[in-house]
Amino acid sequence: MTTMYQDRPLGSAVHDAATEPFFAATASGSLRVKICVSCRKPHWYPRPLCPYCLGDTEWSDVTGRGEIYSVSVTRRAGPTPYAIAYVRLDEGVTMLSNIVDCDLDSLRIGQRVHVVFKPAEDGTMIPMFAPDPG
Amino acid sequence: MGGQRLDMSSRDLMSIRRKACIAGAYEHPTRKAPDKTVAQLHAECARGALEDAGLRLEDVDGYFCAGDAPGLGANSMADYLGLRPRHVDTTDTGGSAYLIHVSHAAQAIAMRKCDVALITLAGRPRSEGSSGVAPRIVGAGTPDVPWEAPYAPVTVNMYALAAARHMYEYGTTSEQLAWIKVAAASHAQHNPNAMLREQVTVDDALASPMISDPLRRLDCCVVSDGGGALLVVRPEIARSLRRPIVNVLGAGEAIKGQLNGQVDLTFSGAAWSGPRAFGEAGVKPSDIQYASIYDSFTITVLMQIEDLGFCEKGKGGRFVADGNLISGVGKLPFNTDGGGLCNNHPANRGGITKVIEAVRQLRGEAHPKVQVPNCNLALAQGAGGLLGSRHGSATLIMERA
Repeated sequence: MTTMYQDRPLGSAVHDAATEPFFAATASGSLRVKICVSCRKPHWYPRPLCPYCLGDTEWSDVTGRGEIYSVSVTRRAGPTPYAIAYVRLDEGVTMLSNIVDCDLDSLRIGQRVHVVFKPAEDGTMIPMFAPDPG
Repeated sequence: MGGQRLDMSSRDLMSIRRKACIAGAYEHPTRKAPDKTVAQLHAECARGALEDAGLRLEDVDGYFCAGDAPGLGANSMADYLGLRPRHVDTTDTGGSAYLIHVSHAAQAIAMRKCDVALITLAGRPRSEGSSGVAPRIVGAGTPDVPWEAPYAPVTVNMYALAAARHMYEYGTTSEQLAWIKVAAASHAQHNPNAMLREQVTVDDALASPMISDPLRRLDCCVVSDGGGALLVVRPEIARSLRRPIVNVLGAGEAIKGQLNGQVDLTFSGAAWSGPRAFGEAGVKPSDIQYASIYDSFTITVLMQIEDLGFCEKGKGGRFVADGNLISGVGKLPFNTDGGGLCNNHPANRGGITKVIEAVRQLRGEAHPKVQVPNCNLALAQGAGGLLGSRHGSATLIMERA
């Protein structure tokens, strides 16, 4: 079976005090996570206060490389099938995302992936992941 | 806090063990109610539970409801129902909330904050066109939404991610998941109110359409209108009523989320709430004669069975196969009303029906074809929210006195 990736409308992104610096970075092709200035632990999703110790946090760019922790091709929620996944970044946090630009039926847990950016309706660049070549 | 050092009397003093009884339980028979309001369904459930217990509206002095109740918290529904509660609790952990309500009601009764606690749930998701493949409606400002909504999480795929990882880690198969549906359907055939009463086979389940890999249509619960109500009362009051006595023995609750980004989909919140409940009840999993296990999806059942200790982690697939959950056949009779998979999942929240069927079993009032003989000890387990991201877990252990 082959289910080739197709673009699907992403709606508009939520722009607020928590997301604005993140989307400013994705606009220039960078993925970043939050790290605590006190305990130095990274977390996901990004918060202004650390979920380990409630310390203040700062942004830190990541490589955008990681592997699929789990993946499911959703086939009956609207006209376009899509792959929802948890991706474990090499920096040690796991984020919900979509896997794109591939045959969705070929996706496997443990597969190496890298970040790509897809535009939402309002032009905000949304980080997603594509399988590494080979 | 040195829990182990407490002597028996101190332990009992600080627990809800046998401090309250479930004296009334009612499941609304409707599965489609386009001509009734949600508030009316709540009221019909309250009436049913009061009639079941032999209590009157004016006896109720505690009221419990969750997010399915229309209006502002308990304010709207207490006023609508004509209640004047002296104790109110609107804890909302999704579909598991009503198990927590039983526990909190027992706590309140033990602390003399109320004597007769009414818990109601009702909703009309079927009439309102709800679906497990539509985005969930969440309140403005929900902090995870900006980071997740673009990826189109819906109910079913946030369970499918847990199922996919379980299969990867432990070799769990679609056939094993299908056995959970087969067991539920074999029970539902005896329930005249069940939404789906036809028997199904493993092959039927495997032939149903793939919704979100690896979950197929028959891995998913029904979307039904309806509701239910419970009455938790002081033991002296329960003993004055002409109904079998069902004691609350122990309870546990937990919230499991994404662990700050250290996502681990191999276990559910039951791994935390279960030991708390067993510890308070002073029993072990092998003592349990009947279990109501929240069954939003087949994978929900499998993971909670492992996490509660009915089998080793990773061996849930083998445990549920070959009819092991079928009453009269298997070692762990479960969801003898047909569960959420076949009977009822009112308001998209199956917690109250889990308690109601456990009460039926302990009273000896389940359908004769599925009644567990001499059922004296039962467990109800709820998981509300999304197994693959964040959910509230509640475990409740009850006994026939």
